Amino acid sequence: MGSRGTAGLPANITHLTQGARTRGGIGESTLRPDGTLKVTGEFAYSSDMWHEDMLWGQILRSPVAHAEIVSIDTAEALAVPGVYAVMTYDDLPTDVRHYGLEIQDTPVLAHGRVRHHGEPVAIVAADHPETARRAAARIRVGYRELPVITDEASATAPDAVLLHEDRTDHHAAHVPHPNILHRQPIVRGDVAEARRRADFVVEGEYVFGMQDQAFLGPESGLAVPAEDGGVDLYIATQWLHSDLRQIAPVLGLPPEKVRMTLAGVGGAFGGREDLSMQIHACLLALRTGKPIKIVYNRFESFFGHVHRHPATLRYEHGATRDGRLTHVKARIVLDGGAYASASPAVVGNASSLGVGPYVVDDVDIEALALYTNNPPCGAMRGFGAVQACFAYEAQMDRLADAVGMDRVEFRQLNAMSQGSVMPTGQVVDSPAPVAELLRRVKAMPLPPERQWESSEGVDVRQLPGGLSNTTHGEGVVRGIGYAVGIKNVGFSEGFDDYSTARVRMEVVGGEPVATVHTAMAEVGQGGVTVHAQIARTELGVTRVTIQPADTRVGSAGSTSASRQTYVTGGAVKHACELVRERVLELGRRKFGPYHPAWATAGLLLEGGKVVTDAGEALADLADVLGDEAVEIEREWRHRPTEPFDPRTGQGRGHVQYSFAAHRAVVEVDTELGLVKVIELACAQDVGKALNPLSVIGQIQGGTTQGLGIAVMEEIVVDPRTAKVRNPSFTDYLIPTILDTPTMPVDVLELADDHAPYGLRGIGEAPTLSSTPAVLAAIRDATGLELNRTPVRPEHLTGTDTGT
Amino acid sequence: MRVHFTVNGRPQEADDVWEGESLLYVLRERLGLPGSKNACEQGECGSCTVRLDGVPVCACLVAAGQAEGREVVTVEGLAEYAGQRSGDGPPRAGGTHSQAGEDTRLAPVQQAFVDAGAVQCGFCTPGLLVAADELLERNPMPADADIREALSGNLCRCTGYEKIMDAVRLAAARQSEGT
Repeated sequence: MGSRGTAGLPANITHLTQGARTRGGIGESTLRPDGTLKVTGEFAYSSDMWHEDMLWGQILRSPVAHAEIVSIDTAEALAVPGVYAVMTYDDLPTDVRHYGLEIQDTPVLAHGRVRHHGEPVAIVAADHPETARRAAARIRVGYRELPVITDEASATAPDAVLLHEDRTDHHAAHVPHPNILHRQPIVRGDVAEARRRADFVVEGEYVFGMQDQAFLGPESGLAVPAEDGGVDLYIATQWLHSDLRQIAPVLGLPPEKVRMTLAGVGGAFGGREDLSMQIHACLLALRTGKPIKIVYNRFESFFGHVHRHPATLRYEHGATRDGRLTHVKARIVLDGGAYASASPAVVGNASSLGVGPYVVDDVDIEALALYTNNPPCGAMRGFGAVQACFAYEAQMDRLADAVGMDRVEFRQLNAMSQGSVMPTGQVVDSPAPVAELLRRVKAMPLPPERQWESSEGVDVRQLPGGLSNTTHGEGVVRGIGYAVGIKNVGFSEGFDDYSTARVRMEVVGGEPVATVHTAMAEVGQGGVTVHAQIARTELGVTRVTIQPADTRVGSAGSTSASRQTYVTGGAVKHACELVRERVLELGRRKFGPYHPAWATAGLLLEGGKVVTDAGEALADLADVLGDEAVEIEREWRHRPTEPFDPRTGQGRGHVQYSFAAHRAVVEVDTELGLVKVIELACAQDVGKALNPLSVIGQIQGGTTQGLGIAVMEEIVVDPRTAKVRNPSFTDYLIPTILDTPTMPVDVLELADDHAPYGLRGIGEAPTLSSTPAVLAAIRDATGLELNRTPVRPEHLTGTDTGT
Repeated sequence: MRVHFTVNGRPQEADDVWEGESLLYVLRERLGLPGSKNACEQGECGSCTVRLDGVPVCACLVAAGQAEGREVVTVEGLAEYAGQRSGDGPPRAGGTHSQAGEDTRLAPVQQAFVDAGAVQCGFCTPGLLVAADELLERNPMPADADIREALSGNLCRCTGYEKIMDAVRLAAARQSEGT
């Protein structure tokens, strides 16, 4: 905590700081305000929305990845009893027929061409979801298939079909080929010169599979047409105002006539940054005059949102005999799929964070994203830094082995710290305890050998293969691996990344109550918990009401990039401070004449009272406020960033950095290629844990998503057809409770003086180093190279057929 | 068709049910009980877990007609169900163990999920609660491996399951202490 209002006091006087005496403030593990509703089943998620007379919307999607649309015949679908409307591109109400986060290249409904498997072609409204599905199946679409572009070679071939002709976006001018969406080099020092100093050079090529966010709450919502010609939309999203900016022009409505309210969000992880069914539901509602509910099933959800970019990463690292990194050269190719989504920003992250949390003066990195006919890829937790971390951490192990050093010590020797310079030239001006995190994670006690044995015998549930009863310990080998990563916090590269908060204070039932209203998307992370804690700390009240998030208040930015506690939390703090000042002003006017401390002392709000910083109570807040309500809405900004230079990548591009380290312990049945992760320990610097319970929950959840892409998760796209082969939870596996190990967490709190309360965004960092730590442990157990993630049994048994 | 069955102790009837509708659809869209969740609708995620004549099932895989004449317990009825089992009324939130919720009846396992931080987005929570409650009913002191086995049909994407383990351990411990 800071020492606000205490300057100039003699050091021997004990003085209070704001919030120190109020229960339920920051630093406590207060419980979620929505917890009880969520355990009773009463919490209303977007798929739970219901309205009298509502219809069900259904989307018809392309069965092929790349084709011209020759014809669309909707007559048969329209004739199905119970169908109210069928709409195609030709029915769109305005000239704005595309949307997108950064580049508006995504058609609301396909126009003459589909560019990926599952692209929306037509929409249907009917009185029962099955009727809508059957009607959609009766829309006759003629496709003339086109050759598919699926990788860098096919995308940049001389005769390659262009995914988007006549590009006018702001990256078009600097890319080497129109099928390259964005390219960002990061060049610093002289790699050729540095290579001459290297005693050891290690080169490697790494492949990262396509990961799905796999949030459990499907894309869904309810659009209700209003009498004023507008629409009310209840929706699960990560950023209401970003949705609004994209929806309203397509509908031909002014933004104020598209009133959005956040419905309950069943997880997000990046997959709700882009629009899914929002515009489709609104279009059908305005067309039919009836409320429209759309709920994707899991099959459709796999087509309904972008995924994590699959990547090919080629790295060259050099080191001297005494273990100092000389240089890093890297080329990172990300597959962006058919539409831009967040790919340009992912490229910026992959390149600027591509060296990892290490000090290297000579760097030559190039990252690019392709346009292909594969599924569109965009934001997912870790956002470009994940793929790079998988590759550079494998390289660090190989380089340590070449030098002959312990892998952790080698990392510690090269670890960045506060004051280090990033390859972008940006100085890291807050704590960067990389070596310490590694030390802590290594110092944790290891799980016992042969942990599956007890006095009662062998518990197969603790072994690879589990209840399949495939081994009782025969052929099982243990391995241990370490990794550490660096993630940026907040939107980067000069983006105006502000948040808005409205805070109100008034007396209700004789008690002072604070009300916090923001448009922050609570997606499960616990932002609502933290907002209430901040209000208690800053306003000294017990009762805080969190208003539902909607577009009647200014933008809170995205629930992405580990930024919400920092930025919207910062906005809530700022608005609370202004409310506090105004409340104190009220108090001075009412009570100032009766007590000199109102004019002379530092004043705080604690326990529902105005108190001096020496602890003397001056007045009850209820008396200060009386019948008045104090309400303030303000935008709040963190330190500005700047774009990366398009040729050199130099620039203060990031707001803050976040670090986590992992140690993985795995046991591998080397005969069957089955892996069981026994323990996945994490140490992370969080700056300040505003809610320790939630912090640990974020770290364990992020760690588990990293485990998933290490050993099981991958969207498999057929390289010949660009069609998705496994769009279900039967075939796309995410970790179950049996796959997930014990995850001890060591939380370090080194304050970042630039951030509110010294906090550090925490949500993503643990997703980075988890994957390479597990891979390193499997390599340790098996001695295999394993340059690809996820690792599948055939990679461990030598029976990989390459399919 | 018309379907009759008992939900959370109360007789229910749904009209105009299309034969292809699942029990999950009828609960959510016809009976106003959306607590059971629709995360995959293919029996893989467990978010729609309910008790059907006491047996935990994925409601998405049960045709509505199969529930005819049977007893269903959903998350909305879990507190009452657990209360009847323990022989006394269900506890109330807002007591010694909770800072959240005011005067809401919760089953011990529900309270433990709130207290242990086992709820993030909460979409998996209803199914996990029904499954965990059933586990504690037949095995009041489960070992960790028992908990993992019993809950292996319930996917959670937010928590990494550690706090869910904590919650089930907590509920078991409180149950054995008689609190």
